[in-house]
Amino acid sequence: MRKKTLYSLRSPYRESMDIIGFQFGQGEKAMCVVGAMRGNEVQQMYVCSQLVSRLKDLESEGLISDNCEIMIIPSANYYSMNIGKRFWTMDNTDINRMFPGYDLGETTQRIAAGIFESVKGYKYGVQLASFYQQGDFLPHVKLMETGFTDHELMKYFGLPFAFIRKPRPYDTTTLNYNWQIWETQAFSLYTNATDNIDEPSAKLAVDAILRFMSANGVIKTKIPGGYITEMLDEKSLVQIHSPVAGIYKSFVKTGDEFRKGDVLCEITDPLDGSVIRQITAPTDGIVFFRYNRPLEFEKTVLYKIIPFRR
Amino acid sequence: MIEEVAKAGLSVNENIVIKKNRYVGSDNKEPSGKRVCIVTGIHGDELEGQYVCAKLANVLQNNLALLNGTVDIYPALNPLGIDSITRGIPLFDLDMNRIFPGSTEGTMAECLSADIISDISGADICIDIHSSNIYLREIPQVRINEITANELIPYAKMLGCDFIWVHASATVLESTLAYSLNSIGTKTLVVEMGVGMRITCEYGDRLTEGILNLLKNLGMWKGECKPVKEPIISADRAVEFVNSGAAGIFIPTAKHWSHVKCGDAVGSVIDPVTGNVEEYVTSPCDGIIFTLREFPIVYGGSLIARILGGETNA
Repeated sequence: MRKKTLYSLRSPYRESMDIIGFQFGQGEKAMCVVGAMRGNEVQQMYVCSQLVSRLKDLESEGLISDNCEIMIIPSANYYSMNIGKRFWTMDNTDINRMFPGYDLGETTQRIAAGIFESVKGYKYGVQLASFYQQGDFLPHVKLMETGFTDHELMKYFGLPFAFIRKPRPYDTTTLNYNWQIWETQAFSLYTNATDNIDEPSAKLAVDAILRFMSANGVIKTKIPGGYITEMLDEKSLVQIHSPVAGIYKSFVKTGDEFRKGDVLCEITDPLDGSVIRQITAPTDGIVFFRYNRPLEFEKTVLYKIIPFRR
Repeated sequence: MIEEVAKAGLSVNENIVIKKNRYVGSDNKEPSGKRVCIVTGIHGDELEGQYVCAKLANVLQNNLALLNGTVDIYPALNPLGIDSITRGIPLFDLDMNRIFPGSTEGTMAECLSADIISDISGADICIDIHSSNIYLREIPQVRINEITANELIPYAKMLGCDFIWVHASATVLESTLAYSLNSIGTKTLVVEMGVGMRITCEYGDRLTEGILNLLKNLGMWKGECKPVKEPIISADRAVEFVNSGAAGIFIPTAKHWSHVKCGDAVGSVIDPVTGNVEEYVTSPCDGIIFTLREFPIVYGGSLIARILGGETNA
């Protein structure tokens, strides 16, 4: 294992922010994994740290494949992490909206450029992502459809679900999108936590990434377990919005199956406790996403459902 | 007349309400039927437009007899942001000006955005007023995507701004309010001026006069208008960006909207601990400074200035 400083940024008032990468193996750039780019992506950093630990063991056992180099970057933004901010400390910009970066541009463009210089050129790339909507997901892998990356590769992670998503304009400045433009087969991997560490889903993610490496000949060991992945278009998810605002009590959690007409949650008046609305399932399905805060607005996306075909 | 454009329930006993103030000309004999929309406050830390909306509302309500057609004023597209000094929509990760045209099937913010687009759609002209952010001070300027430049520059010239910046197209900007409206045929101009979290009355007065001038040119205003100045147009001139190479505090020496020669001092970056000058920031070209850093703390990469190259007569 080689620990390298990939990019260093000087602050007027703090110690320098050194973005650290861990390299394993030698040879062609085979696989790169990027963890936290936002200050609250604790789970994403944790998954990478566990991956570093596992790869260290595999390397000592000679199980990194010949002519394969692996890079893991656990945190690209610990400055924000250390002060409890999601986005960049000073100007609140999002590093993951600055790719491919610009080395003569603004601060977060420079950070993105520094990261991108180190991560481009790998055959496979995985970003441990978090989502802009607050809630829990079933662990899954997602491909932003650019026409470059092979969809079928997603199955090698062995996660229950894999999604294909058509990029929106604001996606074009993300790492995942630009990785693909620079010809890396790139995927976003979501566990079911961000601000907190969820051990079972972190282990699932570590195993999924190692399984992908194994299937693609990057490491010389088998990772047991895994699912037969169901590939879905993101558009096939059924979204359930809240028709009213209030306190949200969910009766289901991610992964639960339900029948059409089952009560999924109820919304109560935050001041007098009366039940304002019960929300029932519009179809048979599985809870893929569940909003996870007690207070919700009108039109909040409370659930995303994978319709169940019986 | 105050009207609701979009509304959604907040968690506890409150709604988010996006409002507009509609002024309809009292001359019913020859209504022009035209409609102009003045919108601002997409970013909650940009307040220059508040003054313009208030000033324009005052002029119109006291002179309705001079108005033909309809003027809709939307002072706060992101009312929760303005109220909480938050650039974005509180509790929402994405920049509101990156989610247009919105979606009635999306999140609350996307639903509100869709309602806003629907309400403005069909106007003859929309003016979207921004005020940079807390870091940079901008001279009054109209920003136009190059793909709509030919159509919009004649209207931009009427607004009394110093400068029209025709910028390159970028995919990420396709989700702005202006792009979304222009793409459905509602001509929309973006004005940037001043600095975040402040009001610069001089700029606001000038833009208010410019809007009245635009109304007059559209045949919607029978009142007097002061002559507006001819703006500089960026076309065929390079815009140079000056970024800090060091971390520290930036102390400007050049004045905003002043001429500089290549190599002239713009300011210096000083280490606050040692007092040493870490970097002398100089102009990379002959030109005029139309953006100048306002917030003093800088990192490597912080934008210090934008300079319009080429000969000017400001």
